[in-house]
Amino acid sequence: MNLNSNSTRKELPEVVRTPSRFRNPIGKYRLNRTTDCIGCGKCVEVCAYGVHEIKRGLVLTKNHYLCVGPDCPRPCYDECPVQALSLRKNPTFDAIGDLRWPPDLLVSTWYMAETGDVPPASLEYRVGASGGGFDRMRLALPPRQVKEEPENEEIDVGIELNRRDDNAHRIRIEVPFYGGGMSYGSVSITPMLSRIKAAAALGTFCSTGEGGYPDELKPYDDHVITQVATGLFGVREETIQRVKIVEFKYAQGAKPGLGGHLLGDKVTEGVARMREAVVGYPLFSPFPFHSVYSVEDHKKHVDWIKAINPLALVAVKVSTPTDVDMVAVGSYYAGAHIVHLDGSYGGTGAAPDIAKKNIAMPIEYAVPKVHRFLQDEGVRDRITVIASGGIRTPHDVAKIIALGADGVCTGTADLVALECVRCHNCESGRGCARGIATTDPELMELMEVEWGRRRIVNLFLAWRKELVRILKRLGMKSIRELVGRTDCLVHLDYMKR
Amino acid sequence: MPRKYVIHTKEVPNRFKAISRSGVIAWEEGCLKCAVCVKTQCVYHVYEHRSLDPRQMIDSIDNECMNCLRCVQSCPKQLIHKAINPEYKSLGDDYWTPDIISKLWYQAETGKIPVSGAGYPGPFSGPNFDSMWTDMSEIVRPTRDGIHGREYISTAVDLGTKKDHLDFKGMELVEESAPAVVAAPLPILLRVPAFGAFEQETIKGWARAASRLGTFLALPAEMNPEEAEAPQSCLIPIVSLPQAQSGQGNGHSLLVEILWSEHWRKAFERMSKSHPGALICVRVPFLKGAEERVLSVAKNGASIIHLEADFHGRSQQDETLLVRDGIRSAHLALVQEGIRDEVTLLASGGIAMAEHVAKAIICGADAVFIDFPILIALECRMCLRCKEGLSCPVEINTAPASWVASRVVNLVGAFHNQLLEVMGAMGIRDARRLRGEVGRSMFFDELDEAAFGQMGYLKEGYELE
Ligand code: SF4
Ligand code: SF4
Ligand code: SF4
Ligand code: SF4
Repeated sequence: MNLNSNSTRKELPEVVRTPSRFRNPIGKYRLNRTTDCIGCGKCVEVCAYGVHEIKRGLVLTKNHYLCVGPDCPRPCYDECPVQALSLRKNPTFDAIGDLRWPPDLLVSTWYMAETGDVPPASLEYRVGASGGGFDRMRLALPPRQVKEEPENEEIDVGIELNRRDDNAHRIRIEVPFYGGGMSYGSVSITPMLSRIKAAAALGTFCSTGEGGYPDELKPYDDHVITQVATGLFGVREETIQRVKIVEFKYAQGAKPGLGGHLLGDKVTEGVARMREAVVGYPLFSPFPFHSVYSVEDHKKHVDWIKAINPLALVAVKVSTPTDVDMVAVGSYYAGAHIVHLDGSYGGTGAAPDIAKKNIAMPIEYAVPKVHRFLQDEGVRDRITVIASGGIRTPHDVAKIIALGADGVCTGTADLVALECVRCHNCESGRGCARGIATTDPELMELMEVEWGRRRIVNLFLAWRKELVRILKRLGMKSIRELVGRTDCLVHLDYMKR
Repeated sequence: MPRKYVIHTKEVPNRFKAISRSGVIAWEEGCLKCAVCVKTQCVYHVYEHRSLDPRQMIDSIDNECMNCLRCVQSCPKQLIHKAINPEYKSLGDDYWTPDIISKLWYQAETGKIPVSGAGYPGPFSGPNFDSMWTDMSEIVRPTRDGIHGREYISTAVDLGTKKDHLDFKGMELVEESAPAVVAAPLPILLRVPAFGAFEQETIKGWARAASRLGTFLALPAEMNPEEAEAPQSCLIPIVSLPQAQSGQGNGHSLLVEILWSEHWRKAFERMSKSHPGALICVRVPFLKGAEERVLSVAKNGASIIHLEADFHGRSQQDETLLVRDGIRSAHLALVQEGIRDEVTLLASGGIAMAEHVAKAIICGADAVFIDFPILIALECRMCLRCKEGLSCPVEINTAPASWVASRVVNLVGAFHNQLLEVMGAMGIRDARRLRGEVGRSMFFDELDEAAFGQMGYLKEGYELE
């Protein structure tokens, strides 16, 4: 069944505007309206962002969160004949997020998930505030062309995943990213289904994570990557035969060298059944694979999958030790189609803080190292390099590809689209109070699959649009041309003036 | 295999209310008095726990709210907001950050290692130890699973001189050739901090903690508690030259510390005579060229050298000198001289988190002293009021010794477990093998330059985005 998928390019899904699940979405600004308001409707008329609404003669500030504040070309608070409006910063805005996901990034990601477009103004949606890596790198774009590029020129952001030219599936994904593993148990079936359905709509894939393969995912088999991790939870021959891509997880960037840990509270009946474990008992997936102590052992693993499902692509997910380049080459020689590097600043359902910060290197270092090493080895164009671990924005995607990756895996960004606020409490008690990273039946009800699917689709359509815009600016027709083009990047700390 | 070393921890409650990062602010004005107020629906029962009438609107900077923002996002009149607690923001300073302080409190209270959901939230890198990452083992260099107890990871270290060979006469070991070492079950020694609102009772508590942990507490000799109050074998009296000359200090110590000065040899000889059974540690301040001094002290007979940085992990003299590099140079100087195993290198100053312990060892220390963490374990806010003679907001001076001891045991227990995490991830099963393993770590300067150093050119007319 080796179809050349190049010829069967998929239609993109439509954006369906999908606002927040909550009554009061969080934005950067708030408008205060005093009782002086005479209901003239001027503010409704001048605001280009739909912040105010008029209903039965009453003027209300319905959507504070859409206000762009000082960036507004015609601010209502200046136009109001009776000065009834005043602008202030939303105090809550500064209380959310962190350096990697500052409030600007969270709110702009929510905006993209709602509208399918990048925010019009006032929000920094491209970089975070961590002070290094992606956040100190910029894309260097050539001077704008005077003549407009033809509007409907096709820019291809899709990538081929099988570059080995063997008998396994030829798989093309329509966007240069797929969904990284998030296990059943660390999240509930709702976000899992939302992510997989969004992946299907976008013509890409989504990994199951290590918690098994729930039956609900069956209709989307062609878009599922099933994960084989050290705990082997829920891994069966039948699940491996069902899918087109099988992923080995050797390590996770956020806790490299440490196994997975699912707290007892999260091991509900469904999770226990799926993982063939006992309700209420914590589950550990050990580190490392106790059957893999060399590249030869690793090959044995890959061969095992190929024997069970000869057409499947094999992805190998590793974290980023000093010798990550050797690991990547080893994976190639063991027969992997995809090597997936998970950098140390990536997401997790629960990990010791010491591991998140200190062990293994950030993805920005690992990718160029691996890219160069594979080039020197002469095998760079025979394997697909996927990067993850702190990819938050379309600009991060473009940067990491320019550093040498073929594509990326997303994770945290999907959750932020589902209105994660980065409160870091996923692991405690009943899990996420916002109904994302939880298996608590009551909290799970806070979210619907269809809502989640649309939010994720919207976010990634916005990313896709940005990537297309960037490629056009760079004069490239395909994202493939960007791979390893470090000359398209400038690092502010090394700028020569 | 050494006897399995386990630190028993148990929850030891705070005496004062901890300062937390953010709080909820609510306004009375415009409240609809809804039949079901969103505040009653808090998943964490914050409003209930604080025994507030949910109908009442108040400003509540508290430590219960978990920042889920559901009440903020659900109130029909948008009357509830969140804000960063200004008191939290002003905790400590640039080095002893609010985050470090509050996590030390947590560890001292619970004995647990800080675990959280979602990815790393902090800066990309930072100065000193923050510009290092430790390695881990993937496929080609497998580790065994030490963390879940399947294989034992030893954190024990030896303090003193390890001989490169043993001499035998017939079947008998020649006594002088035997290694003169004192063993510590973990590479963390305690040390009375340079300032703090502590009392003799506090010191008693710290000494008891050291004894329960099997490690040591370094303290000025004049603070030495009586034998009845704390076992002397776990104390390291710090003796000044005049004290040494007047023969101070008692005979039960296994370790004694003297300060480096031009005349350190004199004090050293005095102490060797008055404390024949003790190993003598020479404390060398971390100044420019400290490695030369460390080397000369080592060559002149000291078997334990303590390199002391200031409490921000820098040289007392020059802010640009970082203890990370000081340890590296001292270690390398000893290695180059071929005498690395004849001396033990201890480091102190700015060891604020468990990761600093591991990183200091990787840079070349055999073990480290922690000082301010054992004060912060007692809820110290690093407000420095005590330094100016003002009263301590958390009344450390009134803390009973038993509470002090248990809090510190908890803290060190959490540090120990984190050290195991790092060593387990690296595939290293013995703390002695971690020392100087810079090859198994990554330094920001090198990585950054290698990855991005060439990315500095912006062509004419190009725009940055
Ligand atoms: S412009 Fe001013 S007066 Fe008119 S409806 Fe808006 S707020 Fe009220
Ligand atoms: S608990 Fe929920 S909202 Fe908080 S970080 Fe985890 S997933 Fe995000
Ligand atoms: S933000 Fe969440 S945890 Fe905090 S008080 Fe409101 S509902 Fe409770
Ligand atoms: S809390 Fe303040 S006064 Fe008390 S010991 Fe700490 S620094 Fe000193």
